[in-house]
Amino acid sequence: MPNNSKGKRTLVDASRLIIESMARAGADAFIGYPITPANLLYQYGSQRMPLMLAAPDEITTLQWMAGLAAAGKVPITATSFPGYALMIESINMAYMMELPMVIILVQRLGPATGTATCGAQGDLSLLRGNISGGHPLPVFSTSSFADCWTLSAKAVKTAIELRTPVVLLTSKEEVMTTKSFDLATLPEIEPVERKYYDLKCDGKYKSYKATDLVPDFLPVTQSNHQVRINASTHDKEGILQHSNDEAMANTQRLEDKIRQKLYDYIEYEYHESKEAEKLVVSFGITAAAAKDAIKELEQQGEKVSLLIPKTLVPAPEVYIEIMESYKTVVVAEENINNQFSEMLYGIRKPENHRFVGSLGKMITPQQIIEEVQA
Amino acid sequence: MTTAFLNTDALPYCKGCGHDLIARNTTKALDKLNYDPLDVIMVTDIGCHGIIDKCLNTHTVHGLHGRSVALGAGISFSNPDPNKKIVVFIGDGGTTIGLQHIMEAARLNLNMTVVVHNNYLYGMTGGQTSGLTPYGFNTTTSAEGNPFSGYDLCALTHAAGAAYTGRIMGIGDISDKLAEVISVKGFSLIEVLEICPSYGVKLNPRRKLQEIVEKSGKPLGDWTREREPFEAHQGRKADDLLSRLPIVKKMFNSYLKKPLSLVVSGSAGEGVQLAAGLISKAALISGLHVTQKGSYPVTVGVGFSTAEINLSNEHIHFHGINVPDMAIITSADGLAHNRKKIEAMKEGMLIIDSSLNAPQTGAKVIQHDFRALGARNAAIFSVFFFALKTGIISTEAIFKVIENEGKADKLPLAKIKEALVSV
Ligand SMILES: Cc1ncc(C[n+]2csc(CCOP(=O)(O)OP(=O)(O)O)c2C)c(N)n1
Ligand code: SF4
Ligand SMILES: [Mg+2]
Repeated sequence: MPNNSKGKRTLVDASRLIIESMARAGADAFIGYPITPANLLYQYGSQRMPLMLAAPDEITTLQWMAGLAAAGKVPITATSFPGYALMIESINMAYMMELPMVIILVQRLGPATGTATCGAQGDLSLLRGNISGGHPLPVFSTSSFADCWTLSAKAVKTAIELRTPVVLLTSKEEVMTTKSFDLATLPEIEPVERKYYDLKCDGKYKSYKATDLVPDFLPVTQSNHQVRINASTHDKEGILQHSNDEAMANTQRLEDKIRQKLYDYIEYEYHESKEAEKLVVSFGITAAAAKDAIKELEQQGEKVSLLIPKTLVPAPEVYIEIMESYKTVVVAEENINNQFSEMLYGIRKPENHRFVGSLGKMITPQQIIEEVQA
Repeated sequence: MTTAFLNTDALPYCKGCGHDLIARNTTKALDKLNYDPLDVIMVTDIGCHGIIDKCLNTHTVHGLHGRSVALGAGISFSNPDPNKKIVVFIGDGGTTIGLQHIMEAARLNLNMTVVVHNNYLYGMTGGQTSGLTPYGFNTTTSAEGNPFSGYDLCALTHAAGAAYTGRIMGIGDISDKLAEVISVKGFSLIEVLEICPSYGVKLNPRRKLQEIVEKSGKPLGDWTREREPFEAHQGRKADDLLSRLPIVKKMFNSYLKKPLSLVVSGSAGEGVQLAAGLISKAALISGLHVTQKGSYPVTVGVGFSTAEINLSNEHIHFHGINVPDMAIITSADGLAHNRKKIEAMKEGMLIIDSSLNAPQTGAKVIQHDFRALGARNAAIFSVFFFALKTGIISTEAIFKVIENEGKADKLPLAKIKEALVSV
């Protein structure tokens, strides 16, 4: 962007972009419990969302959200690992009940309370496995301020259209940093259109009957059809079952719904450099360092491609396809155990993969350059 | 016999279970109150009482163990049509694990009714002791009697602010009582006492409910409170979080040649973040790209306060600063927090208050008495000094930012100007 562009230049933090984007997409309630580094999101959420509620803890947060979602609202919250940990059983509940909501997870250094004001990228492994049964919970990861705008709306859209909780994964370094930004570059956000079960339909409404993987929604606050919302194993009607065929088919559908439908929701950036034999893979806050590293390498005459995965869970195969087409792959993420590669490959990473990790410090472009050139 | 609310006469409980009586009387009460089943939202907990869902013609919501009151609260917050009724079924076990949710719903006086099925133990999991098990009551986990007495749930709920709280025995026709409780505006909770035949009766032979209730020290009764039910007072809302951000034009020139990373650090309460904000905003109106973030101890009012700033003519991706190009240090706290970074500087500039000993560093050291205008103004003064010394931003740009923000009379600008003359 040239310095004297005619855009709408201002200083903005990513928290503000995230909340405004979600509000425009259709989120209408913010349920909060304070935790650093998510407090700005809470503040903006309270200013912007038609309904703001201060929950007494994060279990309550998620339960209130689920109740609101069952009544037809689209609630959001923001937290960090300690709060997220308390939410997990209730996120499973909302997943099983198929209730739309977005949880903004701001990563900070763990384990446990760790360091509240230190960024990190240590929660991916948890997110990949936090639904009992191993079912995928959609996770989008923002890697720039532009993403904070577009992916936040996408998270709301996904939650509504797939009837599921969705995690927007970010980091302290994103939501607590202010940057000069041209607001004119932000694309319009269309409110997500909510589709309901056609009330004129004859016959009995079944809460979990789905013709195309996602059941039609009706709030529990209408009085035309009986709605049964259930977090225990249930059949199409929403009635508790031990493990009969219909109930198992329903649980199978939960898995299929996310895996098959999420193909429409895959987001990633691939900067392919022709003739490059090396690829850098990085997501979230480290993707910014990767961008600088690639640019610097280019200036030094070295061609390197860059992949920035944004849909992290479930991970689409295209990431592996791209990675497999390079001689050397450098994965950079701010943890010490290469959670992204572990998610894709398990304990045996391909031999041509290298890892740039870090604990308690942002990964620098220089670290990535060194590994690319090693 | 089925009713408007029950689709079967065969409820899924063990023979003689008090839950049966509660389910029949609750639905009877709703019937008496002329509710349409689809105007009722039944939220059930995990426990024996919670397996009633399939028998009900109402909307049913079956969540987690102990969380049903919070889940029902969420529905209540959606502010449904006032002729809708939210009824929560929960056990003494669910009450124990989810007590906070009950207190919260009572405190807010949410529109809903909670029916506590207190059979004095965890029925579904095999008869263990709960937080409502009375002293001396035998359970599978306290064969010689519970050594503790249970919570007085009604006293707690009443104290928390519920419009209605009551405790009754689950014997006979309790539908009129339940109808009264369900009709309360605001939060109502009724604790219905019963003994689980499968565990409670077996482990406490020959003990009658009446006697157990008397010995428990938790009286039967009603506790009411004149209170308006919950309303979601929301205050003023922004209809757009971006529309009020100041949009700026390039008004000044910058002499920045290449990207610059800068650390500004001093003590909490000495205006460090404000001062750093002046640099960022001045840089913005000088056409630069900027990033800024703050760093301070968890107790924001003491110790160091640091701001990290990046300035560039190009879009900035990575904003971390390991070794800064420049550092501005206005107090001992700021120096202590950044000593390592400063020592690692191989070049660049360190602007530091003259009261401090500059560490060993490759940076060019410039000292000045920033604290001369008072500790509170040290950081602001240092920013003007930085502008004057480096030309990266102009002092005019900083004055313009201060003017734009209407802060001119809050800062000792005349004194700063005067002090700058001698720089
Ligand atoms: C978080 C969690 N912890 C434990 C359980 C296991 N559990 C299922 S039912 C139950 C006890 C139910 O007791 P109560 O609420 O008194 O209902 P009752 O069966 O006596 O009607 C427990 C502990 C669970 N489902 N979830
Ligand atoms: S175990 Fe006890 S509480 Fe559960 S249904 Fe049987 S009698 Fe009722
Ligand atoms: Mg019980």
